Amino acid sequence: MSATSYIERYQSIADELPGYNLPWLNAVRQLALGSFESTGFPSPREEEWKYTNVTALEKKLFAPSSISTSSTIDKEWLETHKLADTWTLVLVDGYFDPKLSDLVGLTDKVIATGIAEALQSHPHRVKALLGTTLEKESHGFLAFNTAYFSDGAFIDIPADVILKKPLQILHISTRNEALANTRSLVGLGRNAEAKLIETFIGLPNISYLTAAVTEIHLTENAALDHYKLQVETDKAYHFGGVYVKQDKTSRFYQHNLSFGGLLARNEIHAELATAAECEMNGLFLAKNRQHVDNHTLIHHVEPHGISRETYRGVLADRARGVFQGRIVVHPQAQKTSAEMNNRNLLLSEDAEIDAKPQLEILADDVKCSHGVAVGQLDSESIFYLVSRGVDRETAKNMLTFAFANEMVEKIGLESLRTKVQDHLLNIFPQTGIRRDWL
Amino acid sequence: MLKIENLHVRVEDKPILKGISLHIKPGEVHAIMGPNGSGKSTLSHVLAGRDGYEVTAGTVIYKGKNLLDMPPEERAREGVFLAFQYPVEIPGVSNVYLLKAALNAVRKHRGLPELDAFDFLQMIKAKTKLVEMDEKFLYRAVNEGFSGGEKKRNEILQMAVLEPSLCILDETDSGLDIDALKIVSDGVNSLRSADRSFILVTHYQRLLDYIKPDQVHVLAQGRIVKTGDASLALELEERGYGWIDQTMGEAA
Repeated sequence: MSATSYIERYQSIADELPGYNLPWLNAVRQLALGSFESTGFPSPREEEWKYTNVTALEKKLFAPSSISTSSTIDKEWLETHKLADTWTLVLVDGYFDPKLSDLVGLTDKVIATGIAEALQSHPHRVKALLGTTLEKESHGFLAFNTAYFSDGAFIDIPADVILKKPLQILHISTRNEALANTRSLVGLGRNAEAKLIETFIGLPNISYLTAAVTEIHLTENAALDHYKLQVETDKAYHFGGVYVKQDKTSRFYQHNLSFGGLLARNEIHAELATAAECEMNGLFLAKNRQHVDNHTLIHHVEPHGISRETYRGVLADRARGVFQGRIVVHPQAQKTSAEMNNRNLLLSEDAEIDAKPQLEILADDVKCSHGVAVGQLDSESIFYLVSRGVDRETAKNMLTFAFANEMVEKIGLESLRTKVQDHLLNIFPQTGIRRDWL
Repeated sequence: MLKIENLHVRVEDKPILKGISLHIKPGEVHAIMGPNGSGKSTLSHVLAGRDGYEVTAGTVIYKGKNLLDMPPEERAREGVFLAFQYPVEIPGVSNVYLLKAALNAVRKHRGLPELDAFDFLQMIKAKTKLVEMDEKFLYRAVNEGFSGGEKKRNEILQMAVLEPSLCILDETDSGLDIDALKIVSDGVNSLRSADRSFILVTHYQRLLDYIKPDQVHVLAQGRIVKTGDASLALELEERGYGWIDQTMGEAA
């Protein structure tokens, strides 16, 4: 596999990348480049990429944007994607845009800015966080991302700080055939608590590639609610990875909401130390020829960890979905409690799902379970609704919406919950489901 | 209200109903009794329009229209209501949402405007009292985690809200303890009126202690083998369904 065209194109901007003057970062980038040169983008021959073929990317060339090309963004459009009552960090085509961001009132104990900026102002903090969650990770996208990330969000919340409002990172793509390649770093000190939403959007009708890697380090007893809302355009390619290192008794609650993109790959990986808690909730919807791949991995490396994973997929038309969920309980991780559940709804004969749960238990005193189900709408339920006067199409939509909405109901943040429900209703516009009745 | 003539129904090539005729006038309550496998539930399902039943002969005329031509949602809107023997659990759809969707579909069909949120809520709250149901059940998912008795009360609640003309209760008494049976029966009795008819499908006479039928029909092997007044149910209770088989044996 070769990605020569990408390397040629991106080498030409190498000296514009943030931290170019920092030897340690250059070394990290060089190492990653070497790895990307030898592997290219992931191939379906790799077990973890078996169901998702990204070779199309190598036939295209999604070019880097430059910071100077800052497009004019329609404020009204932007507002519809901002959540009420949050602090916002806006990334446009891979670059932090302080003018569109809103951090007014955020305590100055917290660093919240772009990576390029943070490399100037707090290089040691960046160095401490960069790469900490990726020790067990390796594939072409990550190598490419490390070699060439143009910017990203940097959020550092020191010990004992509890954020009053959620933070939202808005990843926006505005240019056709462009690539936004970002690395975001999030660190929470001891006992710190925060809520973070990452929203991925693009201007209508454009085709682009998002490669966004978020590394999260939760120090002892820290707690983070992390929401990912992926609503890219229907011509977009999306690779989004969230990698989490959880120190002891930390808590990580994740919601992965994947609705957009022509081809989307969501990776959510976490490593749990003693008595850490991790919840992963996923909802993915795809129609037409969309392909959505969810790859989750939970490493229990120390005792008494708890993980709960629930994923639901709805696939219509000729869409294809993937759920690869892996839980590894390492030999030292006694008294681990892990549960994984994945249910998928196929709405058409041509829709497809590859569901692959994997439980690898190397400790002997643990409680683990997993379950997977693939099915269609239940005809008994349809008849029950129809026998009450509801037409068949609406009955089917009610049941589909209900199946998905049960995951949406788990979202604690009301403004986001409402937004997600709106997306759901838009995805199935023929729903006949009345907003005002919910 | 309802005229069934010579109805023959097959399920997967197996004849289940073999020539049923039944006339029900407005305001009447008819009980259909019979042993397991006699075709009682098939009759209720065919009237409600469930898939998988093939009508091979006969007619069903409801309020002058051919019922069998209508899809199930149209039957519901025209006023046919089936209270299920096993009400379906629908996670993620709240009771109140289903009631709104159903009521508005029915009202639209009848040329009535939608109820506004306030009127709807007032109406629903009044109806929950009828079946002694706690209002919090309205906001729970349809039948999810409900006990047997709660599910049956929920069926009667839906019936009360939709105000149908023909109510078919399919073994509504099965699995109910005596208190729940009384609540359900009181609910049904309060809905009785001169222009509303009921078909009570039941295995046991017990329900008929609470809801007094005008006629009792005994169904066996896909045919109505005996019709009488309420006393027929008592006789059945006393002598058992074996007595019916015997009668049929003699006739053959």
